[in-house]
Amino acid sequence: MDAGVLADFARGCAVLGSGGGGSPAAVTRPLAEQAIEECGPVPVVAAGELPEDAFVMPVGLIGSPAVAEERIGSRAEPARMRERVEALHGRPVAAVLCSEIGGLNGCTAVAWAARLGLPLLDADAMGRAFPRMDQNVLELAGLRPGPTVLADEYGRTVVLDHVDGPWLEELARAAVATFGGHAATSEYPLTAGQAARHAVAGSVTRAVAVGRGEGPPALLTGKVASVRRDVGDATRVLLEGTGTDAGRLVRIEARSEFVAALEDGRTLALVPDVIALVDVHSGWAVPVEEVRYGLRVRLHALPSAPVWYSEAGLRLAGPTAFGLHGLTREGAS
Amino acid sequence: MRIGIDVGGTNTDAALLGDDDRVLAAAKSPTTPDITSGVTAAIRALDPPVESITAVMIGTTHFLNALIEGARLAPVAAVRLGLPATAALPPMTDWPERQRAAVGGHGYLCHGGREFDGRVLSPLDPDELKRTAADIAARGIRSVAVSSVFSPVAEDDERRAAEILRGELGDHVHFSLSHELGRIGLLARENATIINAALRDLATVIVESFGKALAEVSITAPFFLSQNDGTLMDVDFARTYPVATFASGPTNSMRGAAFLSGLGDCAVVDVGGTTADVGILAGGFPREAAGESEAAGIRTNFRIPDVLSLGIGGGSLVSDDGETGPRSVGYRLTEEALVFGGTTLTATDLAVAAGQADVGDAARVAHLDPAFVTRALGRIAERLAESVDRMRTSAAPLPVVAVGGGSILVPEALPGFDDVRRPGNFGVANAVGAAIAQVGGEVDRVFHVPEGRRDAVLAEARDEAVGRAEDAGARPGTVRVVDIEEVPLAYLPGGATRIRVKAVGDLDLNRIGSKQHTQRHGATAHA
Repeated sequence: MDAGVLADFARGCAVLGSGGGGSPAAVTRPLAEQAIEECGPVPVVAAGELPEDAFVMPVGLIGSPAVAEERIGSRAEPARMRERVEALHGRPVAAVLCSEIGGLNGCTAVAWAARLGLPLLDADAMGRAFPRMDQNVLELAGLRPGPTVLADEYGRTVVLDHVDGPWLEELARAAVATFGGHAATSEYPLTAGQAARHAVAGSVTRAVAVGRGEGPPALLTGKVASVRRDVGDATRVLLEGTGTDAGRLVRIEARSEFVAALEDGRTLALVPDVIALVDVHSGWAVPVEEVRYGLRVRLHALPSAPVWYSEAGLRLAGPTAFGLHGLTREGAS
Repeated sequence: MRIGIDVGGTNTDAALLGDDDRVLAAAKSPTTPDITSGVTAAIRALDPPVESITAVMIGTTHFLNALIEGARLAPVAAVRLGLPATAALPPMTDWPERQRAAVGGHGYLCHGGREFDGRVLSPLDPDELKRTAADIAARGIRSVAVSSVFSPVAEDDERRAAEILRGELGDHVHFSLSHELGRIGLLARENATIINAALRDLATVIVESFGKALAEVSITAPFFLSQNDGTLMDVDFARTYPVATFASGPTNSMRGAAFLSGLGDCAVVDVGGTTADVGILAGGFPREAAGESEAAGIRTNFRIPDVLSLGIGGGSLVSDDGETGPRSVGYRLTEEALVFGGTTLTATDLAVAAGQADVGDAARVAHLDPAFVTRALGRIAERLAESVDRMRTSAAPLPVVAVGGGSILVPEALPGFDDVRRPGNFGVANAVGAAIAQVGGEVDRVFHVPEGRRDAVLAEARDEAVGRAEDAGARPGTVRVVDIEEVPLAYLPGGATRIRVKAVGDLDLNRIGSKQHTQRHGATAHA
């Protein structure tokens, strides 16, 4: 991963964010670029290329993207996180795993891998972005979140142990509030073998390909005809087809991510599908909070990792987890 | 009587407005490299009764052009308070090489800064700042940009650090503080602050030149500069915050269009020689762009009008297939266009051939195939209409106001827009926009909104914005709130909400004269 590939990767991560996960453009892409410039390109390796028992450190940022835009990160954080994690596990970290490829965290993992001089696994723990820390495929595989390490730029550290997924989410959010709304985290520590079996394989490569515009054609090209933001985090977007799609109307339901795309009562795409609105002029996927009337967009839907469509996967991060009741995948792409 | 002047890249436009706001005279003259002679020429062309002039309002692109060219910029010491939280990306990291070199690229990382709720992130270290001052002094740098983590929430660290540095460096060194220039988003705010610091010396020169130009034509009235948001700043403010002029060009055009057409809510199509800029007016003010903006390839978070530019202007070249632009003959229009005896087919020639405009010699375009002319003009109309459609904020019918010298290209109706108007004096809408500018005050920061206290917090923010407008020279009683925006910040406790309130009022010349230049603290500083 050099600076050139990074540019495509960042765009792809924005698409895989499905409208959520924060924007990589503001801080984490420049951070990764700087880290690569100072420390050199990052080797990206498949988990299977490492020894079965090689130790892997997942990394990510949690909290408010607004705070991340002020506290843009220190140089010492990655090394301190590694020290702490290695001390807890009594063995050296061999590679970095991205906790959440979608949104700003994909580039976070690249920046950290560069600063640590470690390879980045071509994988991640979500395959997209989700709002909760426990909405990941390692949780589905039955891995334990602990010991989870949360740290700020000063090295102030909280270790959460003996927690399950929901407790991780509860306690981590409480700690992050005290940290001022932002912290670096490493949760669901694992071996390369576990990563090969359970993580979403090929995420980094996929993000680069998506960023280059590869993949299935758009479901619709059109303009945003209305945006309604309700109390709470519900947003409803109406897309009006233009050009060859003239006359079509597609409704998008959003929470912190886009979660459903509907046309004439038909489901075009439904969470856990990745749903992205790509600005036809800038080529960047538009976050939910930045969608506004008149934007010219292409609607893309991409499948998530297969495990998200299992019964357990849907329970953890399917339509009902986002309050979408009565919607089925009938006719979904 | 007032004079509005817009110094553009090609032309300097001027308009004389009576006390009843009627446009009494208008003039265009070429912009000159020496600043003064273009301005004096434009004013002389107006032939104003100089003793009756009460104020002169000037919009200028000088500062933006200086940044784009990377010329006439002063070396800057960029001091960031935020260690260790921000060390991963030092100041000016992602600047284009030309601009970074022009300002010297001197960044200093020091301790300081706050959390989003105002708690101390890391305490200021006076000794560290004194060491920093010694290095700044050794390099002979005389303009310092200070930015601090979450300074839009708590500005104290920036002020204290500036005091300590000033104590070491002396009063001849300028300070630009980031909380006075930008919003949440450290890197973009810091960039704006560094740019401002780099322009401080140039601002002194330009303000002086404008003063000289006015003296040359015997105008003694005070003058003001246009800001990005369409409000005015006095000379003192302009010297301190030159960066706040960056987007004043499009803003003045749009505000002028609103004024000339009498419409507060409309789309504005401003057609110049090379480009057409499309924007939306709401309540008489331009809709502002969301998110970050770029100036000369540098990410900033100025508030600038949301403008869509397309490469269609009066001087645009028309190709054989009937497509117009983006290449243009620009200021050489009056030599190269067919109607002016030249040999290049331009968009202006199309307008004349179709009878839409009466400039130059129509006989010189009589040979053009009418079907070709109709098709080419039709394509221009289609592309303009598509841009207006892209910019509109609702499906409701929207009047379109065409201004600028090239607006002869805009037909009486655009596809999907039946109501297209070209008001009188459309050619100098930007100068008119400068002349009618008001005085503003703005609040834009993170407030904590406890449950049940929303109304009280909003009222507090409104009062503060109104107070700032009055401090900046608005006549009390004329100030009204023109925009309120409330954005709850995701994943933060305590009801943290970004609240932005903008208030504007009429310029009170008496207040400007009497406020003794003590207002910098808290005057309208937002770009």
